[in-house]
Amino acid sequence: MYAVLKSELKSYFNSTFAYVVTGFFSFVASVYFFMGNIYNQSLNLSSLFSTMSIILLFIVPVLTSRSIAEDRKNGMEVLLITSPVSLSGIIIGKYLAVLSVFLVMTAITFIYPVILFIFSRPAVIPLAGEYLGFVLLGAAMISFGVFISSLTENQVAASIISFVCLLIMMIIQPLGNSVGGDVSKALNWFSIFSRYDDLNRGILGVDTIIYYLSFVFVFLFLTIRVIEKRRWSRG
Amino acid sequence: MIEIQKVTKYYGKMKALNNLNFKVAKGEILGFLGPNGAGKSTTMNIITGYTPSTEGTVKVCGLDILEKPREVKKHIGYLPEHNPLYTNMTVMEFLGFICELKLVEKKQIKNHLIHIMEQVDVADAGNRLIKNLSRGYRQRVGIAQSLVGSPEVLILDEPTVGLDPKQMIETRELIKNLGKEHTILFSSHILSEVKAVCDRVVIINRGEIIAAGNLDQLSRKLRNGSGLRVAIAGPGDKIEKIIWGVEGVCSVEADDSRDNGAVSYVIKSGRDIDVRESLCFALVKAGYPILELQFLDMSLEDIFIQLVSDEKEVNR
Repeated sequence: MYAVLKSELKSYFNSTFAYVVTGFFSFVASVYFFMGNIYNQSLNLSSLFSTMSIILLFIVPVLTSRSIAEDRKNGMEVLLITSPVSLSGIIIGKYLAVLSVFLVMTAITFIYPVILFIFSRPAVIPLAGEYLGFVLLGAAMISFGVFISSLTENQVAASIISFVCLLIMMIIQPLGNSVGGDVSKALNWFSIFSRYDDLNRGILGVDTIIYYLSFVFVFLFLTIRVIEKRRWSRG
Repeated sequence: MIEIQKVTKYYGKMKALNNLNFKVAKGEILGFLGPNGAGKSTTMNIITGYTPSTEGTVKVCGLDILEKPREVKKHIGYLPEHNPLYTNMTVMEFLGFICELKLVEKKQIKNHLIHIMEQVDVADAGNRLIKNLSRGYRQRVGIAQSLVGSPEVLILDEPTVGLDPKQMIETRELIKNLGKEHTILFSSHILSEVKAVCDRVVIINRGEIIAAGNLDQLSRKLRNGSGLRVAIAGPGDKIEKIIWGVEGVCSVEADDSRDNGAVSYVIKSGRDIDVRESLCFALVKAGYPILELQFLDMSLEDIFIQLVSDEKEVNR
């Protein structure tokens, strides 16, 4: 697992790829921070986090699409599977690599609260909650992207499919709300974004954390199953 | 070292391997011959634990690949057909990654890599990016990769495909040398290559073994049934008559090419009959010297046709 994580991180940061994505993210987030917080003199970062979660919708598919699809295409998968490392170790290594890139991106945004602290005294606990929610949401989206990446060897297809699916996950919540009743309740319970809204509003429930962690677990588990199944059915 | 028993593999409904049985002894270089699509790569994928077999058992170093996959994988170095490499890494980085993957102890990695890179002769390219390397170098990096962790068994899937003739010869030499320390199963569809490297061959077609054994015996046996090309100086019609007079000759065909008054004939004889001696005596007696005599080299296709037709005869 450690070997895979290390080599994946190397390949992200040895290419311009991670830098371009991180730069794009930081740029858009900073523009919103400037407009929403500096210009409006607001201490409330929750709208910034909502915006960043929408940016994630574009960034996560790009980050995750290569993780498994590429190895399958260039045959590295054969080498990984025939090495004395467990399949789950390989997948978790790959997942953690993407997660690390995401965490680096998140770490850059620490500069916004620092700026706020220079000028004022924002409440710390809601801020921590917002960050926790953002990281959990990112972690969940990445696990989904990795899963989609395992389904195809075409990276472009992988990123488009994950984008569309994540988009659907985002819009089922307003969609469900317009239907109303139990449907809306059920969809809200399942939606990774409505959970995020709760966190962003400062409602931190244990069930929410467990929800996100199990989301990650389920999709990583499915990824492993997909690869296992492929091994059994064809070469 | 490698024991394959009754291995059958289905891809959906398609039978890719049918009841495969063979063994590779310790220290042996076994050639695995077959045309494309015969099931060579499938067999190798099963031995290395990439794909499981539908039926049958595979044992490497006495351990079953399905029961103790991780243990078995430690004993195997595998060069898959398409030679997977991370082209954005340098040779050193890539091999270092493989070392970690194969659980080589941290302290030993450096010395181990130096040793391997010298063995396959890529030491001078250690800091170059793999994407900038020539095909021959890449292939050697691939072989280096399979050597990481000093596995007892090496499985090389068509290691010489796409190389130029010089690189092919070098790669064969390399494999031969590696055979001194490792047990090697090596696949190819080039007969001469297998001849140059291996002690023993297994020939496979459509998922079934059609011949196995010592290569010399096998090719001698096959060669007898094939042809001779003989260049003889003298008048065509008379010579043809003499050749027909030799016992065992099945067909004579004159070649159109004339070289210094000599005509080439392609002579085919019955199986297990060597006509060379009697042919020579007959012609010399008549006063027509043989200027050239050579076996027609059988291509792999010829061998297949012959083996497959033999099989049909046996079945009848």
